[in-house]
Amino acid sequence: MLNALAQLGRVGIGMLERLGRGHLLLLGILRGLPDLLPRPGLLIKQIYSVGVLSILIISVSGLFVGMVLGLQGYYILSQFGAEQTLGVMVAASLVRELGPVVAALLFAGRAGSALTAEIGLMKATEQLSGLEMMAVDPIRRVLTPRFFAGFISMPLLAALFSALGVLGGYFVGVGLLGVDDGAFWAQMQAKIDLYEDVFNGVIKSVVFGLVCSWIALFQGFDALPTSEGVSRATTRTVVHSSLAVLGLDFILTALMFGD
Amino acid sequence: MVESVDSQVPLVSIRGLRFSRGSRVIFDGVDIDIPRGKITAIMGPSGTGKTTLLKLIGGQLRPSAGTILVDGQDIHRLGNRDLYRLRMRMGMLFQSGALLTDIDVFENVAYPLREHTDLSPSMIRKLVLLKLEAVGLRGARELMPSELSGGMARRVALARAMVLDPMMIMYDEPFTGQDPISMGVLVELIRALNDASRLSSIIVSHDVQETAAIADLIYVISNGKVIESGGPEAMINSELAWTRQFMQGLADGPVPFHYPAAELADDLLGGTC
Amino acid sequence: MIQNRTIEILVGAFMAAGLVAFFFLAMQVSNLSASNNGEGYEVTARFDNIGSLKVRSPVTMAGVRIGRVSEIGFDRATYEALVKMRIEGQYNVIPEDSFAKIFTAGLLGEQYIGLDPGGSEKYLQAGSEISLTQSALVLEEIIGQFLFSKAEEGGTLEKAND
Repeated sequence: MLNALAQLGRVGIGMLERLGRGHLLLLGILRGLPDLLPRPGLLIKQIYSVGVLSILIISVSGLFVGMVLGLQGYYILSQFGAEQTLGVMVAASLVRELGPVVAALLFAGRAGSALTAEIGLMKATEQLSGLEMMAVDPIRRVLTPRFFAGFISMPLLAALFSALGVLGGYFVGVGLLGVDDGAFWAQMQAKIDLYEDVFNGVIKSVVFGLVCSWIALFQGFDALPTSEGVSRATTRTVVHSSLAVLGLDFILTALMFGD
Repeated sequence: MVESVDSQVPLVSIRGLRFSRGSRVIFDGVDIDIPRGKITAIMGPSGTGKTTLLKLIGGQLRPSAGTILVDGQDIHRLGNRDLYRLRMRMGMLFQSGALLTDIDVFENVAYPLREHTDLSPSMIRKLVLLKLEAVGLRGARELMPSELSGGMARRVALARAMVLDPMMIMYDEPFTGQDPISMGVLVELIRALNDASRLSSIIVSHDVQETAAIADLIYVISNGKVIESGGPEAMINSELAWTRQFMQGLADGPVPFHYPAAELADDLLGGTC
Repeated sequence: MIQNRTIEILVGAFMAAGLVAFFFLAMQVSNLSASNNGEGYEVTARFDNIGSLKVRSPVTMAGVRIGRVSEIGFDRATYEALVKMRIEGQYNVIPEDSFAKIFTAGLLGEQYIGLDPGGSEKYLQAGSEISLTQSALVLEEIIGQFLFSKAEEGGTLEKAND
């Protein structure tokens, strides 16, 4: 009984410790920003590997999600004779929810896991230690550019996802199923609000970008420096990021759209 | 740089060092002096925390007690800025080489220069090529680290550790897992570099023959303590049974061949589990 | 280095694509072009019951959207709903005696204000009040009335049968 209690206590303390280390790491990363600004080359290289390399999966998924929304939405809305509002349905679900959330989930899978593996391997092969011994702070030099690359890329990727999703919905709804072209756009423009919907979606994706990059970098940095430790950390990145994104999405939605 | 420190004073002086990882005690009161301009070897069986010792000297880990003076400065009391300034004068050769895998050999060697100096590109090029020449890899400058053999990676790492002209270089297991030729190359290099650039070297290793061939001074550590220290000859012919067993590679001795276990007969007859 | 240059170009293209996507979402998907809040003028109207009218519901005339509801309040003295609507500046010749009605788009659709033009020579301007209004039709009331009149009909029929 007491043993079980002690076990529980140890788990709790361990979690708190990790949480503390995570926050210290975030602080260290943010403190590296002044060093990063005079060297945009580092950032550009990371935006390439975090953002540009994620474009394909994000665009294709966005297009298909939009097309599916168009198809499903049409079948349901047409039962009420409300196919005209298909554009609203597609755009609202994409801009408010699916764009930021699905883009963040894909980002965690594509870029987050890659970041964790990269940092974890750098740790396992002593590259981080090596940098430290060369009097280079690995947090500022390696982690900070990657963090801000994720932070910048995420909203752009989410916007791409939403925009391509709307186009996908348009192709299916207007192109295949014959919803009126004008009604599709007009209803959408009438109902989707720039601040209420689009900007809130952007805020969400900014938050998700921050959290996903943070989790990925922390897991890599905190990984056990063995191949098993790195593979576990990579798995944890995807799991934790996905859970964090979905949980935060609920909280943010409640804060933003709740009256 | 303050050059007032007497050359008689050891470069690194470790006093009463204690360090533990969790409940496992790794160092329990270790005193070591590393003299200037010499090659000092720290030897001991695997798992005695030799790499940990280097990390403690480099200020990457904090001891639970004791002091480590490097060039007269207590490395664990330095602020971040001073610590980094001191580290610029320390080179470290990691077991794996620890080359940055996303840039080529030339850039790896140039990296500390680009980070810490404002030298012109042509100056950097000259310095890097000179250091690569010294380790015999000037022709390999465009290779990526993944294309290098283990021995070559270590030599590149050595060139990188040398590029800022440090006062000391720490070698973490430089001979492990090398074929005889690259082992010989590394032995030669370490000796030559040490003598040519008035360096001080610390080698952590359990490869007795190679280390004994180049070391001026050997410390043998085990179970968190320094067992014995002295020149290579003295160590190999040591009075202490333990040192002799380690240095001559005997299978049985004070370090038993068997992992602690119950009596064999009991184990075989018991069969309860 | 060529490698670096390619990366820079690709990153530039990525950022441009992202910004184009933002622009698309702002201009084409949402109502940025129509939500220029600064322009136009505000008029008020009082209703007995606004149903489920909301802020940002459209204000239309002959089915064309000419503005939006900008504020909904409650007059504690008269127990009426006080609705402010912002009419776009280009529609500045709406007769003062226009009739404001609350309609429902489709059977279950959302509610909006429809303006029927009156005949006055004077036009609505900032701060004017539309005095002629018709409340929202509340479904329960309509059904209630319908049942009531049916019941009355039934009652008269029964009497006739007697």
